Amino acid sequence: MSLFLFLAFVALLSALGVVFAKNPVHSVLFLILTFFTLSGHYLLLNAQFLAAVNIIVYAGAIMVLFLFVIMFLNLNEDTEPHKPALAKFAAAIAGGSLLLIMVAALRHVQPDGVNPATFDSQIGMVDRLGMVLFRQYALPFELASILLLAAMVGSVMLGKRETGERNF
Amino acid sequence: MSLETLGWQGLVILAVFGLSLLIATYCTYAERVIAAFLQDRVGPDRAGPYGLLQPLADAVKMFTKEEFFPGGANKALFIFGPCLAMVTALMSSAVIPFGNKLTFGDTIVWLQGIEINVGMLYVFGIVSLGVYGLMIGGWASNNKFSLLGAVRAASQNISYELAMGLALIAVLMMSGTLSLREITLQQSVAGEWHFWNIVKQPLGFIIFCTCAFAETNRTPFDLPECEAELIGGYHTEYSSMKLGLYLFSEYINIFVASAVMSVLYFGGFNFPFQYELREWLISNQGVGTDMAQNIITGLGTVALFGKIFAFIFFFMWVRWTLPRFRYDQLMRLGWSILIPLAIFNILLTGGLITFGVIK
Repeated sequence: MSLFLFLAFVALLSALGVVFAKNPVHSVLFLILTFFTLSGHYLLLNAQFLAAVNIIVYAGAIMVLFLFVIMFLNLNEDTEPHKPALAKFAAAIAGGSLLLIMVAALRHVQPDGVNPATFDSQIGMVDRLGMVLFRQYALPFELASILLLAAMVGSVMLGKRETGERNF
Repeated sequence: MSLETLGWQGLVILAVFGLSLLIATYCTYAERVIAAFLQDRVGPDRAGPYGLLQPLADAVKMFTKEEFFPGGANKALFIFGPCLAMVTALMSSAVIPFGNKLTFGDTIVWLQGIEINVGMLYVFGIVSLGVYGLMIGGWASNNKFSLLGAVRAASQNISYELAMGLALIAVLMMSGTLSLREITLQQSVAGEWHFWNIVKQPLGFIIFCTCAFAETNRTPFDLPECEAELIGGYHTEYSSMKLGLYLFSEYINIFVASAVMSVLYFGGFNFPFQYELREWLISNQGVGTDMAQNIITGLGTVALFGKIFAFIFFFMWVRWTLPRFRYDQLMRLGWSILIPLAIFNILLTGGLITFGVIK
């Protein structure tokens, strides 16, 4: 429990850091820390595979690309475009209503503890996850992969070299 | 897990930690000696017998040099960069099985830091984080060359991680597990001819090895620190021990990459005729069963380190043999040669498993 509280505390703190950091690079680094704490939560939930994949895909690959782009654009406080007050107001309302919906949805949830007699410690392991994914949820899995394939084809299309254009 | 086992495991972790540092230290010496050998020079021979104290002299030099902060640098991140590189390099050796089990009465000690069932993914995760050290250091230096080096490091690591993962999938299709200990144990079965994965996965190994070179930023893929174009790349502005940490983490990464390749493709701590030797020890020499297993485990650890040192030598041999790639060549090799090859390897492995040629 204390581990959970610590992780939750760090997660909230670093998530706030993402929003409030003035420097975009600091923001990205806080976001990476947030992903780490999320992986810690997955580990506490006995989902080792998910924790490892979360680190590899989000912290290791996607955030590297984020950092990459931000470093290239060299964003900092001076070049940050000034946001009008209306945009800030609208963002606060949108975020606040999302929070309200989540609180309203989860308000009546009764957290029932784990029954040690029926608890399956192997749940969340790679082979178990594979069985569920490829037997019970084969169709959604394939649909998701088609979606990703479409996105990939699209990005290759966008990045393709035009005739006569020099890339290097 | 009893307290005693935990204590032993802690000792193993400390030993692995110390060994990583020791091997990285002597890699700097080995690199110079091998460079000298390949270029027909003498190499370091002043400090101690055969220059064996050279790493100590280097350390003293590194520690006593001036600590320098470039103007306009982000000071916190400038320090954080090399620390992160070092931490991630040291973390990845935790799951590598350096030996089989040792049995002392009731206590069983596995010569491995921790055994987790997603061991290989853990190594991948840590390796993919290693690039942050380079990126943050390069960006915080407030120098164009450093930034270019950092950006190159990022794109190179991302590109080669894909091919590396795909090459690994072919191994996992045969092993059916992500645990490095299981993968090692599967590569040798008592009483039958059983080959190491290199025999079943030659193409996969070549892809994995190439990617390992790129992931550790070694020549011919050392574009992030390419001194001809970028002065020193991401560590242009670094001096003193902060530079030392970057160089050190590179050698630890080489050690870990060598260990992972030995475990995945070259049988890990297995060595030929280990079961015959064990039988011989028990029946002819009158050694107890546990003791015989312990002897085999010790020899296996020696065998694994032999394989690792062979790989480290290979890394250095390549460095002083091949010239550096151009950046577009590097990207083309990664995306349009290695990734299709790796996918072909997966298909090939799948076919061979389906028709029962390999298992």
